[in-house]
Amino acid sequence: MKRLVYSLKSCLNSDNIKQLLVRSDGHYCFRFHKDRVYYVSEKLLVAASSIPFEGIVSVGTCFGKFTKTKKFHLHITALDFLAPYSPYKIIIKQSSENSFLYGNHVLKSGMASITDNTPKYQGGFGVAAKSTTECRVADPPTIVAFHQADIGEYIRKEDTLT
Amino acid sequence: MLESHSKVCLEIPSLEEVKEELVKNPDMQNISHRIKDVFYVLENFRERREGSRSRQEYVSILELDLCACYSYNSFLIQKLKNLFPLSELQEFLEANEVPRPVTIRTNALKTRRKLLAQSLINQGANVDVLNWSSVGLVAYSSGSVPLGATLEYLAGHYILQGASSFLPVVALGPKENEKILDMCAAPGGKSTHIAALMKNTGVLFSNDFNKDRTKALIGNFHRMGITNSVITSLDGRRFSKMMPHFFDRVLVDAPCSGTGIISKDEHVKMSKEERDMKRCSHLQKELILSAIDSVDAFSATGGYICYSTCSILTEENEEVIQYALNKRNVKLVSTNLTIGREGFVNFREKRFHQSMKETRRIYPHLNNMDGFFVAKLKKTSNDIPKLNKTDGKVEKNSVKKAEIQNNKNNNVKNTKNKKVGESKIKEKLKKNKKIKTKKFAELKNKKTNEKKKKIFHAKNKNS
Repeated sequence: MKRLVYSLKSCLNSDNIKQLLVRSDGHYCFRFHKDRVYYVSEKLLVAASSIPFEGIVSVGTCFGKFTKTKKFHLHITALDFLAPYSPYKIIIKQSSENSFLYGNHVLKSGMASITDNTPKYQGGFGVAAKSTTECRVADPPTIVAFHQADIGEYIRKEDTLT
Repeated sequence: MLESHSKVCLEIPSLEEVKEELVKNPDMQNISHRIKDVFYVLENFRERREGSRSRQEYVSILELDLCACYSYNSFLIQKLKNLFPLSELQEFLEANEVPRPVTIRTNALKTRRKLLAQSLINQGANVDVLNWSSVGLVAYSSGSVPLGATLEYLAGHYILQGASSFLPVVALGPKENEKILDMCAAPGGKSTHIAALMKNTGVLFSNDFNKDRTKALIGNFHRMGITNSVITSLDGRRFSKMMPHFFDRVLVDAPCSGTGIISKDEHVKMSKEERDMKRCSHLQKELILSAIDSVDAFSATGGYICYSTCSILTEENEEVIQYALNKRNVKLVSTNLTIGREGFVNFREKRFHQSMKETRRIYPHLNNMDGFFVAKLKKTSNDIPKLNKTDGKVEKNSVKKAEIQNNKNNNVKNTKNKKVGESKIKEKLKKNKKIKTKKFAELKNKKTNEKKKKIFHAKNKNS
């Protein structure tokens, strides 16, 4: 669980995590099930409790999974919940949207804008390959963000999505 | 002139000749000509038949030709022939050769239909609104990107779904903050529709027995941004024991032979046999009973079960509903659908309950959708009526006893009403007893009369 919190902290601050857990429509929590971490409302959890453990495939929203080496990987399915709180953003030009959706890295030529003061190797759903200041001077074909997840995975990786 | 024309059409070879021809050198043009001719003869059989050839012969020739022309097996053609009048049969078969239009359901949780249509049109797709649904779009052609891979699709703004799949969800009518079960959910078109109508409140259980198919379910649920659901992979028949009287509404989109979606899956034409039908309908009966048992009859907002299949055969539809009506305290209610035909009350030698009119049958040649069947049941009591072992029919007394128990459960506050209700029922029971004793006495009288008659006759003979 510590690792989960650390990886969430990379894209959220602690206030935001609190906002995720205590919402206007009730309390939410993270649940660990078969190496996956699910973000569930407590109401739903109570209802699901009468189902045998092995029958449950997914509860609420899957946020990510723990790998065999016990590292936490965020899944794209968490995007809707984390995007509003993310402090650093890279906006991609419309022309290179498709290239990113096919799993390619973001090049300088495909980047529309980047949040000021983004540090190097800042991670979330992707990793910033260059800091904001480095981006300003970079050539068009240099990579500015490493690809880690995108919504194209709903088609490409449906089997391993969650 | 007319007569001579009709006589030209009448030259139809005998059954044996047709059989031989179909084995040796089947000629498509010849066959389709003969199908037309036989249809023509059968339209006005008395005047147009040749000599004294029997109707049976013409019909068997027609069956053979239809099997050959549309490549069905004889079992399915016979089933379909029983289902439709001859004039309609060919329309149905023709409709199965043409694909149905691609339809899109807007995800009301994320966008609106107008916005979605606009952005799809901007990408070069040709879409139009479905006028009977507030979230449906018909796509005539896709733009530069296929409809299953646009940015809007990946962002979960819509899902590709057959138009007929809207119907069971509309019939089910999910409300916010309810507990709903979708028993056979994959790949999640109907299930996500339910969640959208619930506006992500309440609890939705989406179950599919096949674990591989739940992957598509998970993908679609996350893509469409649905958070109020538990996805399970269990045998649907377990829900009656696991969660009895828990749900407000249950959707059973039962696995079926798929005779309504032949245009999608040609495999159905040749592969179905009597055995498959029996296996399917047996499973369907078990599932619907399980669904009924897991619904709470006293739910404030619900207590409904929606049963649907993508089959059009009565074995998998009306018979299953009739079975449920016999075995549980449920009644058929209106599906609130404006399209489709009424279900069969009489079908050949079978007689179903009068309320079977409330069910709806969708046909590809009439509605330009996949063939479908939708029925909506309302549960009236949580008790399970006891069965008479001899004839399988529900004992009336036991139902009344159940009613008494229900009254006890229901009217805890209105004790006076309860007593009145009970006494009324007791009176009825007494009346029933009286009637029974009367009948018994009548029977006795009859028997004695018969005996007297016999003795009388015997005496006459002797004399």
